[in-house]
Amino acid sequence: MDRWVQSACVLCSNGCGCDIAVKDGRIVGVRGRADDIVNRGRLGPKGLHGSWQAHGKDRLTTPLIRRNGELRETDWDTAMTTIVRRSQDLLAESGPLSHGFYTSGQLFLEEYYTLGVIGKAGLGTPHMDGNTRLCTATAAAALKETFGSDGQPACHADIDLCDALFLFGHNMAATQTVMWARVLDRVKGPGRPRLVVVDPRRTPTAEAADVHLAPLPGTNLALLNGLVRAVIEHGWLDREYVDRHTLGFEELKATVEPYTPEHVAGICRISPADLMRAAEIFGTSERVLSTVLQGFYQSHQATAASCQVNNLHLLRGQIGGPGSGVLQMNGQPTAQNTRECGADGDLPGFRNWDNPEHVEELARLWNVDPLTIPHWAPPTHAMQIWRYAEQGSIRFLWISATNPAVSLPELGRIREILRREDLFVVAQDAFRTETTELADVVLPAALWGEKQGTFTNLSRVVHLSEQAVAPPAGARSDLDIFLDYAHRMGFRDRDGDPLIKWKDAEGAFDAWRECSRGRPCDYSELSYERLRGGSGIPWGGERLYADGVFPTDADYCEDYGHDLLTGASTTPADYRARRPDGRAFLKAAEYTPAQEQPDDEYPFLCTTGRSVYHFHTRTKTSRAPELQKAAPDPWVELSAGDATGLGLSDGDVVRVESARGFVEVPVRIGRCRDGVVFLPFHYGFQAANELTPTEWDPVSKQPLFKISTVRIRRV
Amino acid sequence: MHLATYLGLLHTSLGTLADAFREVAKGHGDEPDVERTCEVLASRIDAQAEKLSPIVDRYGEHRETEPERLHTAEFEQTRTGGVGLLRDLQDLYALSSFTDITWTVVGQAAQGLRDKELMDVVSACEQDTARQLAWLKTRIKQSAPQALIVAKG
Ligand code: SF4
Repeated sequence: MDRWVQSACVLCSNGCGCDIAVKDGRIVGVRGRADDIVNRGRLGPKGLHGSWQAHGKDRLTTPLIRRNGELRETDWDTAMTTIVRRSQDLLAESGPLSHGFYTSGQLFLEEYYTLGVIGKAGLGTPHMDGNTRLCTATAAAALKETFGSDGQPACHADIDLCDALFLFGHNMAATQTVMWARVLDRVKGPGRPRLVVVDPRRTPTAEAADVHLAPLPGTNLALLNGLVRAVIEHGWLDREYVDRHTLGFEELKATVEPYTPEHVAGICRISPADLMRAAEIFGTSERVLSTVLQGFYQSHQATAASCQVNNLHLLRGQIGGPGSGVLQMNGQPTAQNTRECGADGDLPGFRNWDNPEHVEELARLWNVDPLTIPHWAPPTHAMQIWRYAEQGSIRFLWISATNPAVSLPELGRIREILRREDLFVVAQDAFRTETTELADVVLPAALWGEKQGTFTNLSRVVHLSEQAVAPPAGARSDLDIFLDYAHRMGFRDRDGDPLIKWKDAEGAFDAWRECSRGRPCDYSELSYERLRGGSGIPWGGERLYADGVFPTDADYCEDYGHDLLTGASTTPADYRARRPDGRAFLKAAEYTPAQEQPDDEYPFLCTTGRSVYHFHTRTKTSRAPELQKAAPDPWVELSAGDATGLGLSDGDVVRVESARGFVEVPVRIGRCRDGVVFLPFHYGFQAANELTPTEWDPVSKQPLFKISTVRIRRV
Repeated sequence: MHLATYLGLLHTSLGTLADAFREVAKGHGDEPDVERTCEVLASRIDAQAEKLSPIVDRYGEHRETEPERLHTAEFEQTRTGGVGLLRDLQDLYALSSFTDITWTVVGQAAQGLRDKELMDVVSACEQDTARQLAWLKTRIKQSAPQALIVAKG
């Protein structure tokens, strides 16, 4: 071992501080950083094995270009010239709306910000989003709707301090193992907090719970409306806090009024007594911490259900204090930065696209005409970008660091779109994937450890990840690729100078610090220098909103909000008329049944999810032998009762089929409640997303991976 | 009293509007958000009509002959493509605006008559209609640039 290089793990949103071991110019291992506030030295199986073992395997080291239907090796200049020519031709022919960008939750802040500036001030297209739409769009949406801006109120230390912990649709033991270890320290230690888990499966997380609520997929909002009603009904609220710091209590109360325990129990198929126990724990514990994740975000009425979690905390005044708060979790490691920097389409620095002053600010910062910056409508969300490509109005699609041919819903449709003759697809990745195989140009990218940059975890902690080794010859960092494109395109500011003035990661970070200055996610006090050594540092301080003042002021807020039932935008005038002035919104919606309901043809509800051993579409984790061995193949989980009903035993191979497609996988018995089956989503073969529907939440636009109806038969 | 006539008109136009939302839902299944939201809104319009029904019956006894033909335009067939979607949403916007102003007219009469029951119905339904209009406007604003500038066909 020659040296340790400071970094943090990029295999889930926990963002554990780590050091990379380098020997002879290669990465040979990682260790946790003991003084990091996130993980205190711990690392989980994905971090230990998956973060570096793929680096030397099957890498893309030369650009590829499609000629006569085949991907052939080419050089960088040819690849970039081809991209730039297509881009310029399309701009001349039909303008920037012909361009779409689909990025990731796994790049670095510097890369997102650069891409954001290219899209908004260089090209002027609103069609830019990340795969963060699939994982954390609802986190961002729920935070904006309630608090006026994105930004996680709580922190990791709250796990150590809470008296009750609520995990809403969050199988933490599988998704953030090191965070879960911190929970286990509490659950197995003295002064155990009470644990409530909402999940239709009896996961290891749920097994550790005092109360496990297993609502039918698609009924989360009914459950939460019931919890909120119970808290109000029993007077477990802090009336003074509600009056001083919130808006909308009477509407909230009226909306949840019909959701009696019995009514909710009927919709969700849970016991009303369990519901009341959970409500009582929420209502009577001194310090409550909640986390929310995909079980809510990727399900029906996602934003409305997630806002109700915020509401529970506001009703009790449990936000911003030690041990009490909410983490609207991120899924991917750098999702927070996609959102902050505008690579998900939002304006950088949590600026409001509907506020002309915010657009002006950016125009001044970038020295461009404000009219260049797309702000006539909300940014185009990923599902709509794909729809425009399907309709042939987006004809240039640049995909970076993600594998939509496995991760998007209804894969048959996605493949067809990617294969369209009139769609020019650029795919930028470290490996060949299901997606690169359908691209027109493939660009080989550097991985974590082979480039420098920063990223921000689920509790706003910013880490610097240093370059430990050189990328394999022929691969370039995503930042360098974006900078090269900007340079070749000749993007200029108003004075005719290059639009993008930085040349490396630190320069991009410094530009971002200026962009974020004075906004809720203010990085101006952070620098590479400060981030070196010691622990990662959160922006905004340890916790947000300790004073009960929220970023809802009309001139400051990130968004004017939406109607949670339909997603209709609130107009600036209506927003101002409510005079939020720092008060949080108690928003709510009625429960409506999900579109897909089991019937004779498709009698089971199918939900998809994660395995502890894999990350996303396994491009890295399948190349780590320990992880690959632990979970090499997909499977389907059934309840014991359903398996008996179908005459199936463990290991029998079945076809699981929805109206859209099917997989053939072996059966595992257990964990699911009756009537519900589970498929892991990581696998590119027998891929769960062959089955999932093209449908999304009206506010966050996050696809509904957690609810499709299926039938099952032995093959 | 012409209120009865107006209530009848409103009741009919709610039926037309709900049908139109359903028609657009059916015709634009490739836009899942449009399909889904139109269905949700249609069922809420049904609920509006249901709330209005007893009041229509109550005033119906006093119905006079119509002063002139009051009717709403019917929604015809849905169109296809980006511009087609835009046009269909605009048609919905027009129909929805018509019920909106009709609720306003009825609400004024309800106040004049101090009909508390009708006033409550009007206030709930006006909010719901505002929501329809807000959603339509949001979706129209989103679609317009792409449909008018780059969409083909
Ligand atoms: S918990 Fe997440 S960030 Fe930490 S080591 Fe595991 S995968 Fe990496």
